Amino acid sequence: MTDAIVTPYLTLGAILFCIGLYGALSKKNAIIVLLSIELMLNASNLNLVAFAKMGVNPSLTGQIFSLFTISIAAAEVAVGIAILIMLFRNKGTADVDEMDSMKR
Amino acid sequence: MFANLVQFLSNGTNVAFFVFALFAIGGAIFMISFTKVVHMVTAMAFTFLSLAGLYVLLQAEFVAFVQVLIYAGAVSILMIFGIMLTRHDKEESQPNRPLHNILLGIGTVGLFGILFYAIQNANFAPGEFHPGEDNTMEIGKLIFNQYVIPFELMSVLLTVAFIGAIIIAKREED
Repeated sequence: MTDAIVTPYLTLGAILFCIGLYGALSKKNAIIVLLSIELMLNASNLNLVAFAKMGVNPSLTGQIFSLFTISIAAAEVAVGIAILIMLFRNKGTADVDEMDSMKR
Repeated sequence: MFANLVQFLSNGTNVAFFVFALFAIGGAIFMISFTKVVHMVTAMAFTFLSLAGLYVLLQAEFVAFVQVLIYAGAVSILMIFGIMLTRHDKEESQPNRPLHNILLGIGTVGLFGILFYAIQNANFAPGEFHPGEDNTMEIGKLIFNQYVIPFELMSVLLTVAFIGAIIIAKREED
């Protein structure tokens, strides 16, 4: 197992993280922004699982850590969608650039 | 260079990694470039499934299964419900702010450059991984012995989050 190196997985995680960052900061629809944040969380999860197998001190702890991250992300998505639906009901919009009531 | 490529592709694990990574990046790129929100969520589900395949390659079968259940199942469906309950008839259009987008592109590419440089220069000596006989059983033993308090805290947090989500999204009848 010495030929398996962690570098390709880390590079893939970096690519996915950057795509998610771009989507989260450039998209207009709030649901797509939430989805991009999920992509960034997934990229970090990939790093955790990769280090759990091929890190300096590999053990199953990385996989357990990624399980905790997945459940936190699920809770975050549920609350985010609930807030979004509430906001749409009150303001009639789901665009992030119209959510500027604290700016006025 | 091509000899390296042929040698890289002669290994089955590398081929599988290449295909899954291609699907993951392709799904993410399509998510960015599609204009309809439902198509975006579908592309994203594709990326989630490819990441589950990568987890199987990394000998994390249980995490792969949880990834399929939570992300490709629950999160995608929740996003589609969110799209249904908000306005979805108009196409997703980029906000008209060219300077912002240019700066954002430069910043993202710069961040990726820094990360890539750091990753290429880091030296991780791979240790020996002992996956055990049964990945799920080993994870269960660890969770219910060593990590039982974080696990219980997680259950409390999930309960609080879901009750909060229901109360937030509930229609006020006054």
